[in-house]
This record gives sequence, structure tokens and C-alpha cells, in this order.
Amino acid sequence: MADKVLMKGNEAIAEAAIIAGCRHYFGYPITPQTEIAAYMAKKMPKIGGVFLQAESEIAAINMVYGVAAAGKRVMTSSSSPGISLKSEGLSYLAGSDLPALVVNVQRGGPGLGGIQPSQSDYFQATRGSGHGDYHMIVLAPSSVQEMAELTVKGFELADTYRMTSMILADGTMGQMMEPVSLDLEVKPAPEKPWATVGTKLQRKHNIVNSLSLVPEELEKFNFERYERYNYIKENEAMYEEYLMDDAEYAIAAFGITSRVAKNAINEARKQGIKVGMIRPITLWPFPVAPFKKAADKVKAIISVELSMGQMIDDVKLATECKVPVTLCNRVGGMIVSPEQVLEAIKAVAENGGAK
Amino acid sequence: MVVFDKPHALNDMSMHYCPGCTHGIIHRLVAEVMDELGIEGRTIGIAPVGCSVMAYNYFNCDMIEAAHGRAPAVATGVKRADPENNIVFTYQGDGDLASIGMAETVHAAARNENITVIFVNNAIYGMTGGQMAPTSLPGQITQTSPYGRDVNHCGYPIRVCEMLSQLEGPEYLERVTVNSVKQVRNAKKAIKKAFQNQLDGKGFSLIEVVSSCPTNWGLTPQAALKWIDEKMLPYYPLGVYKDRSAGEEK
Repeated sequence: MADKVLMKGNEAIAEAAIIAGCRHYFGYPITPQTEIAAYMAKKMPKIGGVFLQAESEIAAINMVYGVAAAGKRVMTSSSSPGISLKSEGLSYLAGSDLPALVVNVQRGGPGLGGIQPSQSDYFQATRGSGHGDYHMIVLAPSSVQEMAELTVKGFELADTYRMTSMILADGTMGQMMEPVSLDLEVKPAPEKPWATVGTKLQRKHNIVNSLSLVPEELEKFNFERYERYNYIKENEAMYEEYLMDDAEYAIAAFGITSRVAKNAINEARKQGIKVGMIRPITLWPFPVAPFKKAADKVKAIISVELSMGQMIDDVKLATECKVPVTLCNRVGGMIVSPEQVLEAIKAVAENGGAK
Repeated sequence: MVVFDKPHALNDMSMHYCPGCTHGIIHRLVAEVMDELGIEGRTIGIAPVGCSVMAYNYFNCDMIEAAHGRAPAVATGVKRADPENNIVFTYQGDGDLASIGMAETVHAAARNENITVIFVNNAIYGMTGGQMAPTSLPGQITQTSPYGRDVNHCGYPIRVCEMLSQLEGPEYLERVTVNSVKQVRNAKKAIKKAFQNQLDGKGFSLIEVVSSCPTNWGLTPQAALKWIDEKMLPYYPLGVYKDRSAGEEK
């Protein structure tokens, strides 16, 4: 195993992207993800890549659109308000079936909100964020190592399925430093015969486009896209289970809150409460299977989130509301503490999970 | 003997443009230039949102349809994906380029992005049925300025070439029109230079083509061409607004 290096989460994303073969980065400054741009600005010119600071988030995502159409691995990164601006482009990327990687290092909202960590863009990320019927593959790392690994995975999934992969991190994940191994395995990008790279006068012209004025055609494209989405739902959901084998209660948490929850779970176990955790790694596709399984054996589920309760809807859907699901949350840049999660666990354990 | 032929860079299909619309002429000029420079096989065109949205069907080179106003940003991505090989042009109307996409236009020019921009200015939003454009003339009657464009209420039309000429960045800015044979020939010369500049690595070239919209101007095709001379050109004078390499040895 290769040596580990100490890196910030944001830097790990940037370095992993370069390892994954990304040579084009476009972005616009916004806290708390600016280290990604700074890293790219330093590195890209030295390896024959392109770092370009765009005039806006809107321009940045459209530059991404251009490189993606030209068949190359490309990324942008931003934080919550910037992702709102990029959402037009995300819709067009989906409508044109272009692969790209987008990073959202979330901060509190709505509006300008704050610059401290948040998970309140869960709906925005998992429901598509722009207009029209579409999804992005949403990856939620919970360590700096995963920031790196899921970045590589994000590029691969984007290329495989011709869609946007989003890394949904938060301010804590972006700023915190941890040892990380950059010995990452990268699958080469597939052939992209659809790319607009010039016809060389040897084929019919390629058109990258999201417009179809014939309703029957547009409906067909949507149905086809959702067939692909259904395949992804069946095959690409990722999650981690922690102490779920004998669990009577379960926590649902992703990203930074899953780490806080682990501490609370360990403490609760010491106090004799059998609690485990399901940590979705892909938020879309949501890992339905482990929740379905848990619904038949746990007495209650606690969704721990840095939002007013967004993932909790998916937990309820996955469990078909067979067990009570409660919310343990902080928002606005505040972070749940292990004590708060422990209290939430004790509260549901005391009444045996009853509502 | 063939005396008149369709350019190879133009697909053999009927266009959706209204009778008397000058988009067809401008498409043809761009295609002729691609043929003459032998660049069709390495050219990627970016279509706008507006009347020329379906330009992606008409040009024979690889084409990308951009979001409204974003063509210069998309072109930036395509160009930078392979600057040695890719010849990239955008084809945009006045609403696309000078209203919703103004930021992308100005910054692509400021960066001297090595692309070619064909800017079709007909002073109206055609596709949506004739609303006031950023280039609609003072007093011009449109669907959303039914009493005539009141400059005290909604400001003055924007002269794009003049505005961009204040920037250090852009290489070449010229305004042409296509309302007579002579002007068409002149427009072609300008468009060719705009592509040649890109081949020579000189940077951002924008050709503004003052155009007609008989349908939404409420004029016959002939009267519309006359309206260009009488109304449009006094506000939008033809000419070269910037040519950084002027006077340089070839």
C-alpha cells in the first residue's frame, strides 16, 4: 500500500480528479470549496491541463458542457448558492446526456445563508436541481479518503451512464484534514463516438442537443433516460452498514453526520441499547434495500441530518413507513453533537420505538 | 457546368426560416467560408436559442445546441478541450448574445478566446413572436413595446461592436449587413477573416450582421431590406470597430 499523505478534503477531490484523467476545471470562487479551484490553478498548467476561472457559475457549468460535448473528462465545483446558479446547466447536461463531475461542498441556506457546513441541498441534489425530469448520481463521502475515491468513481459512473455525477460534501468534509492514500485505481474512459470533435469529413455530423420539438420524441427520450436510471437504481446503490446485525434501532446518516452518529452509537451500545446505522454512500440512487430489510427488524429509525429533514423522506419511502422515523438535526451551519444523537437514541429506546 | 452549388458545409434540407429572413444568407456565407478554408471536418458550431436554434441541423459540421446566451461559454469549453484541432464558432441572435448572454459575450471577448462569433442583429426576438430586443431601436414597435420603445422607460439599444471595442481583449470586431449583393460580398469577406483569425491563433473575432425580420417587423422582404438602410444602419453604422492585427505584415 502506498504512503498516505495529509490532505484537506477539498484538495483530495482535486488531486483525485487529476488522477482520474480530468484535465479541465472551470469554477467561480465561493466558500467553503475554494481550495479545489486553488489546487487546480496551481496544478493544471503544469500537467498540460486547463484551469479557467469563469465569469460566473453559469459560465463555468457551460464551459463544462463544452468540454463534455468534446468528449473529455471535466469538472466544476461550488457551494450551495453556486449550485443553484449551475442548475440550468445541470438540466442541459442531463438533456444532452453529457458526462461531467460536479462538486457541491454545501453550506447553510437558503439564500446567501452562511458559510458553515450543511446538508440542506439534499433535495436539490437528489431531485435533479434544474428543470425537467432527470437525475444525477449523487455521492456522499464521509472521509477525506472517500472524497478521493468517490471522485474517481464519479467520473467513471458519469462516463458509463452519460450523466452528471455530483459529489455532495459539506463544509466540514471540505476543510478537514486526514491521511489519504492516493493509490487510486482508475478505469480508462470509454469511447465516445457521440462527441463533437469534428467529423474529419468521415462521418455524419454529431449533434449534442437537448431540444426536441416533437412531443412523441421528447417523451421517448425521457422514457429511455429513465430506463437507464432504473438500471442504475438496481446496480449502483452504495451504502455502509454499521452494527446492523443485531440492531433494534437504526440511524440513517450520510457524510459528516454519520461520523458523529458512530460515536453516539458506540456510547449507546455501552449503555446496552442495540443501535446500528445505515449510511447511504449514494444518495441517488438511494440504497433502498438495506432500509427495506431494516424495516422488518428495527423498532425505529432516526434520520440524523444537517437540514430540516430531507433524507428522512427517502428513508420513509424506502421503509414504506413500516417503522417510525424521527429526525435529529441541526441547521444553519450548526452540527449535531454525539450527545444530541445519543439523546435521540435514548428517547426512541425508552418508549420502545412507539410513536 | 456547375455555376451555382450548395456549399458542402451546409446540409441539403429546407430551412424553417420565414420568407425574406436573412438567416439563410448568413448560414450560406458561414458554410462557404468553411468550404473555402477546408475546415468543415474540424469545426464545431454552437447554436443559440432563438430563431437559429436549429442551425445544428443545417450545418454539416459537428454541432452543439447551447442554453440561451451561453454559447460563448460552451465554445470556450470546446475550444479549450482541443485548441490545436478544434475550430469553434457560435451563431447567436441579439437576445441571446446581447441580453441574456451578455456576460458570456463580454468575458469571452475580454479573454480573447480564440473563437469566431457570428452575431445576427435583427433588433427583435423572432422565435417567440416579436418582442423587444436589447437592440430594438428607439420608438420601435414590438409585442412588448406596443407603443414604441420608450428609452426613458426601458433604456437604449446596445451597440455591441462599439461596446466590445473598448476592451483590450478582442482581436477583431466588424459590423456588416446582407441587404444587397455588395453587402453580402462584404459580409463574406468579414466572416472569412473572422475564421482565418482563429486559424492564425489571433483570438476573439465577432462579426455583427445587421439582418432583417420581415415577419416581426411587419414588412415585406423587400421593404425590410430597405428598412435596414433607413432605420438600422444609422443607429448601427457598418465598419471595422477593432482589428488588432491591422497593418501587420501577412
